[in-house]
Amino acid sequence: MKLYEYQAKEIFRQYGIPVPEGYVIDKVDDIKKHEESVVLKAQVLVGGRGKAGGIKIASGTDEAKKIASELLGAQIKGVRVKKLLIEKKLDIERELYLSIILDRRNKCPLLMFSEEGGVDIESVDEEKIIKLYIDPLIGIQGFMIRYLLKKCTLEQKKELGRIIKQLYRIFKEKDCELVEINPLVVDRDGKLWAADAKIIVDTDALYRHPEIEENVEESTDLEREAKKMGYALIELDGDIAVIANGAGLTMATLDAITHFGAKPRIFLDLGGTDDPEIVKNAFYLVKKSNPKAVLVNIFGGVTKCDTVAKGIVAALEEYPIDVPMIVRISGVHEDVGRKMLEARGVECHTTMLDAVKRCAEVVVKGGGK
Amino acid sequence: MAIIVDENTRVLVQGITGHQGSFHTGEMIKFGANVVAGVTPGKGGQEVHGVPVYDTVEEAMEMEPNATMIAVPAPYVKDAAFEALYNGIKVLHILTEGVPFHDSMEIVSYAKTKGAVIVGPNGPGIASPFKAKVGIMPNSIFAEGFVGVASRSGTLTYEIVNALTQNNIGQSTVIGLGGDPIVGLSFVDVLHMFEQDEQTKAVVLVGEIGGTAEEDAAEYIKREVSKPVVAYIAGRTAPPGKRMGHAGAIITRGMGTAESKIRAFEEAGVPVAKFPTDVPNLLQNIL
Repeated sequence: MKLYEYQAKEIFRQYGIPVPEGYVIDKVDDIKKHEESVVLKAQVLVGGRGKAGGIKIASGTDEAKKIASELLGAQIKGVRVKKLLIEKKLDIERELYLSIILDRRNKCPLLMFSEEGGVDIESVDEEKIIKLYIDPLIGIQGFMIRYLLKKCTLEQKKELGRIIKQLYRIFKEKDCELVEINPLVVDRDGKLWAADAKIIVDTDALYRHPEIEENVEESTDLEREAKKMGYALIELDGDIAVIANGAGLTMATLDAITHFGAKPRIFLDLGGTDDPEIVKNAFYLVKKSNPKAVLVNIFGGVTKCDTVAKGIVAALEEYPIDVPMIVRISGVHEDVGRKMLEARGVECHTTMLDAVKRCAEVVVKGGGK
Repeated sequence: MAIIVDENTRVLVQGITGHQGSFHTGEMIKFGANVVAGVTPGKGGQEVHGVPVYDTVEEAMEMEPNATMIAVPAPYVKDAAFEALYNGIKVLHILTEGVPFHDSMEIVSYAKTKGAVIVGPNGPGIASPFKAKVGIMPNSIFAEGFVGVASRSGTLTYEIVNALTQNNIGQSTVIGLGGDPIVGLSFVDVLHMFEQDEQTKAVVLVGEIGGTAEEDAAEYIKREVSKPVVAYIAGRTAPPGKRMGHAGAIITRGMGTAESKIRAFEEAGVPVAKFPTDVPNLLQNIL
């Protein structure tokens, strides 16, 4: 989960990483008196915010108010701006880059520092990036920082070393996937500042971070409702609501639907379950997604076919949907499951491809509503 | 032969008195696995499917387990895994979904110092039909044979293994690597083991979007693997930035797309199936 810049900077402040003086507003009237120039930064989670017009400089209070009234409520890359961060403008001498990311390949944190900051790190030459692979069991140690500082020309070595240590503490203590300072600014007085702050937190670790507020920008209402109910659901822009058991199988089903010329409306992973209620309640979400057809793809193992059939039959009563439903049911207890469904007039198939083809056909030919 | 688990595997179940732990203990025994002990703190002295339950792994070591299935809630996984590693267990399957990846990184790092193998987290485990099973894969899908299967998915693996069995293609070892961004084994690790394994004559890799495990595998196959490999990749139509059920199945900054993985495999001479059930055909074509 991404944090907003102002949230990330608040964490930086708590850990003693210098951030420019500033405050957050959600209405123009909250702008304070400014004699000097300020930066107004739209608080959205999309990348490339500056180029899309989300960062502006104002020379005083009046101009700040004018810009704020334009920015608040405006759309930046399709996202409505609800909050602005107003900051003192830095007197920039140099821009550097510093981050710690989760390195999936090496299964450890990776620290990256470059004296070429302020641009996308992917566009910086490899030899200009100093990399440090960190063993999570020992964390950042003094010798690692000495190695790094030896390779850089910066004068403020002591301060950089301190910031690196604190950044790693944030990475670990806040369960981060990424902490990034880009640019890390050297001002005309030689002081270091985190001019921007990016933090991505591991969603699976949020249970141990009650202090971190969950954002609503990265998911839809239906996705959040599903998550609260315990399902993995993704909204898409097509027609077919896809329910399957297991993330891989659900993805494979979406791929097959697209291959046969139709488009999925939702991805809904039932996971493994032996409770018909869980199957039934998934249909509450299916109904809410307002699809043109429903495709259920179950390969019974831990989740048995008769359990799923029981759930579907119950859902027919509780969440009836007036669109075609095609079920693929195969694996453990498939015969019992199929009989229960067919007795209720549900169309069943044994192979995934038959069911997907049929469902795509129904939608493409307009057999739905 | 087979890899990681075989007839000499003695299985411990951590969290044996829980819903999952107790059910799958029974299923593992039916499969033919030698489940020797279970652990649930505070429940020592009980039995589950005839298997003795201990309060601690240290006490359970009197049954000489050499592999464990960890089926405890996510907040307790790190402690349980450390306990198993501390006591010298060399194969750990972590079933639990939702383990914070910082915990997983520490587990994987500690396992390395102990020379142990981590299967998972968030995967169905490992089975060598019908010698041993540590995990939750359904017993009905397997046949013994010479194809090694490694997958980042659960049910999709069952679907493919089942299709293999129905086409009279048996398996040496089937391993679910796990759907998290940090898991103990990568495709490269497993390819190395399958290459050394006498029983295995061909390998099936089941990948999905997110990370670079498939691209790394393709590179490794070009250099080091003599046995035929076929693959399937899930998530061709997944939108970027969305976590597709698995915590690890996410396209970030244009990285980890299905196209990139399929291209890498094809360049390495690895045929990629269009649908999961095409895998047996692809194997028959190249064998």
